[in-house]
Amino acid sequence: MPSMLEISPEQIKQEKLYRDMGLTDAEFESIENILGRLPNYTETGLFSVMWSEHCSYKNSKPLLKKFPTEGPAVLQGPGEGAGIIDIGDEQAVVFKIESHNHPSAVEPYQGAATGVGGILRDVFSMGARPVALLNSLRFGSLQEPRVKYLFEEVVRGIAGYGNCVGVPTVGGEVQFDDAYNGNPLVNAMCVGLIDHKDIQKGIAAGIGNTVMYVGAKTGRDGIHGATFASEELSEESEEKRPSVQVGDPFMEKLLIEACLDVIHHDALVGIQDMGAAGLTSSASEMASKAGTGMTMNLDLIPQRETNMTPYEMMLSESQERMLLVVEKGREEEIAQVFRKYNLEAVAVGEVTDTKRFRLEHNGEVAADVPVDSLAEDAPVYHQPSKVPAYYEEFQAMAPYQPNVTDYTETLHGLLRQPTIASKEWVYDQYDSMVQTNTVVAPGSDAAVLRVRGTDKALAMTTDCNSRYIYVDPEVGGQIAVAEAARNIVCSGGRPLGLTDGLNFGSPENPEIFWQMEKSVDGMSEACRKLETPVISGNVSLYNESFGGKAIYPTPIVGMVGLIEKTEHITQSHMKQAGDLIYVIGKAKPEFGGSELQGMLEGRHFGKAPELDLEIEAERQQKLLHAIQSGLVQSAHDLSEGGLAVALAESLFDNELGCEVAVSQDVVTELFAETQSRFLVSVRPEHQEAFEQNVEDANLIGLVTDDGMYRIFTEQKAVVETPTSELKQTWKGAIPCLVKSKV
Amino acid sequence: MKFAVVVFPGSNCDRDMYFAAKDALGEEADLVWYLDADLSSYDAILLPGGFSYGDYLRSGAIAATSPVIDQIREAAEAGKPVLGVCNGFQVLLEMGLLPGAMLPNEKLKFMCHFETLVVQNNQTMFTSQYEEYEEIQIPIAHGEGNYYCDEQTYEQLVERQQIAFTYKNNPNGSVGDIAGITNEAGNVLGMMPHPERAVEALLGNDDGLRLFQSILTHWRNNHAINA
Repeated sequence: MPSMLEISPEQIKQEKLYRDMGLTDAEFESIENILGRLPNYTETGLFSVMWSEHCSYKNSKPLLKKFPTEGPAVLQGPGEGAGIIDIGDEQAVVFKIESHNHPSAVEPYQGAATGVGGILRDVFSMGARPVALLNSLRFGSLQEPRVKYLFEEVVRGIAGYGNCVGVPTVGGEVQFDDAYNGNPLVNAMCVGLIDHKDIQKGIAAGIGNTVMYVGAKTGRDGIHGATFASEELSEESEEKRPSVQVGDPFMEKLLIEACLDVIHHDALVGIQDMGAAGLTSSASEMASKAGTGMTMNLDLIPQRETNMTPYEMMLSESQERMLLVVEKGREEEIAQVFRKYNLEAVAVGEVTDTKRFRLEHNGEVAADVPVDSLAEDAPVYHQPSKVPAYYEEFQAMAPYQPNVTDYTETLHGLLRQPTIASKEWVYDQYDSMVQTNTVVAPGSDAAVLRVRGTDKALAMTTDCNSRYIYVDPEVGGQIAVAEAARNIVCSGGRPLGLTDGLNFGSPENPEIFWQMEKSVDGMSEACRKLETPVISGNVSLYNESFGGKAIYPTPIVGMVGLIEKTEHITQSHMKQAGDLIYVIGKAKPEFGGSELQGMLEGRHFGKAPELDLEIEAERQQKLLHAIQSGLVQSAHDLSEGGLAVALAESLFDNELGCEVAVSQDVVTELFAETQSRFLVSVRPEHQEAFEQNVEDANLIGLVTDDGMYRIFTEQKAVVETPTSELKQTWKGAIPCLVKSKV
Repeated sequence: MKFAVVVFPGSNCDRDMYFAAKDALGEEADLVWYLDADLSSYDAILLPGGFSYGDYLRSGAIAATSPVIDQIREAAEAGKPVLGVCNGFQVLLEMGLLPGAMLPNEKLKFMCHFETLVVQNNQTMFTSQYEEYEEIQIPIAHGEGNYYCDEQTYEQLVERQQIAFTYKNNPNGSVGDIAGITNEAGNVLGMMPHPERAVEALLGNDDGLRLFQSILTHWRNNHAINA
């Protein structure tokens, strides 16, 4: 890289060097207007990262406004590090999801690890102790050697970071589809617990107060990471490896403990982590939110390398760093808190009343720009949208009817699909139990953690069936929210709210923008109906790989629910022989976007399954009520692979058997992915009470103790096979794919 | 009875250990920061799991050189119960209080799940509340839990009944399926599985609680004699 100081403002303009930083000609012109002069190299860099999609949401803002973000229990909606929802007893739950797709595509271990580190900081910078991590991962086909490498390294990276910091990784989802071959998705979610009185804000208030820098030294890693995350992956992306940060979970662990100490110190005014766009975003956002300005002396920034330029320091995304604003004159008290953990807290600047963001370096002014222009004046684009031809074609199709002859073989085939198969290979590498609150570990519908010192528990899940969103973004968006809520309800919880991780292709492509628009519409509607406000989120666009092939639209829902009493905690596995098996809701011949369609046809097409949000909400309420009344032994939502798969999954844990009767349309009964359905087991003595509670429940059979999985029609057995054999297929699929030589 | 949980930078099972002693067992417990520790007034020392010093250099190696180590050694020599779990076990090995060393798991992956342990010696102050050869369920969570020692050391461990727990289905390649060993005197126990994670039925299993109850029983018996 040439020495930045030698590049003159005129040169930047004439040679259009700003384009390399991701700014358009019009954006550069508008910067010129804001400043009333040409920006220098450092200033151009500040604007380019703050105005990147990753930091400014310039393409997605108009859509994000559609989400319902308020509710009686919402204490903090979108805008801070993470959202906060009240859970009673002066406690609250804090959570957010964030993507690290682009870094993980080029350097999977560090990309995934630092994704975990970043989302942790978002949560503990609010003053909350992180109590759980979840993730949502998408990969291409495991037959591809590169995909296999990405998969193994991403999982190792998540484990490496999460295990070391001592926050349990309790849940998540992993799906596989060719659509993600060149562009995996790595979204990490963190959930924290906080007492209301400890809630912090990232503000630089109080003119004259001191800005302090804490944590790891600033190096040259991650420069322009936010910009990199805001463009398509290309063959040159490999060269962007230096844009990927390197994580140090040990440093993060020290930071967590030190920051959770320092929030109790009354000299602390504001605290924010240095995430995307590092020092630039944390400092300018803190000042902008407080309506103040800030001056920083960059000579004081702890540096890992020599001769770093202001541009490099301001754009570095070195990990494990925090920015604090503390009362003037009390810097030493704060420094002492950090010293206990061998961390340095250094005064680097001052809060001013100028509303300007001013940087000094070597006795010269390195940058001086209006602070709001960075944080708030980013352009907002209303991208054109266009209905994709494929969608119109899908809508016009006759309903897809799969051709299945051998039901048992088809069931094995579905259980072998990596999206459905057991993810034990993945979650066994995560410490899911540290902090000793994990009641339901990975493997059930939602993870459950008790809230220590109370009889309450939290249920949490990540969900997104992108196949439905691809075939019909609006209905698919509704389904994503509904399915997450179903998982919470099945574990005995009432959904509180959600965080969204919106992963799409390029918004500049009108057909992609249409997918974004429609899925946000669908999600918003479901959020309103199911009373789950969106309290935080993240947008990752330009997820396209070599050749301009976009990923499936993947707006991930991370949802948290409250379980009022630990005795309400319910799991998906059936408990004992003799219990009655019910399905709530009836199957319809819906196979568009289904797992079965993908398996048989190698692609997804047709119409998505219908969803009636009224029915959805009603069934969820009734099931939750039945669970709270102690009438339910197990509950599992019907999703990928339909009833046959859900039934098998529910029997695996205790290797029980079942006898289930279905109607003549066996394929529909067994494999359709009709929405708003649940598989429930009930003790015989609760039959009457349960049926009165849940009118839509259909008794289909009972749990047996002979370990045989049996499904009958009136005439004959259509599936009759040992549960253990199905389990072997399901458990062995991913280890087998990972081990196989390509 | 009063337990000290020694907290190193990077310890992350310290609170779990603290809650096990304080809430599940119902005794006094303190989290003691490694720098300003005075362990003299405590009846038992607990070294928690985690990643002390990020596991940099070698698991437990840097913690084993910190100043508090002298006090841990003194406590051990005085016959106080010293329990090291996971990273705490690794620290005890690095200190030389227990023989052997830890290698990365045979499959080279971190693993976290419940394992079946077999109580090999129920005559120690940590295991008296178990039956001999009883099978108990305790979680493991480690990347470097593959216990190694040479043949001679192994024979000594067997001969002197220092093997407290073995794995029923060896998950990590440990010599002789070893999950936990004591020193010769029997007052220092190192184990990779986490008994502090199995002290409440709500979290799946409370088989680990009896390990803490054994320590308490031993202390009470001693206390009664001394009184």
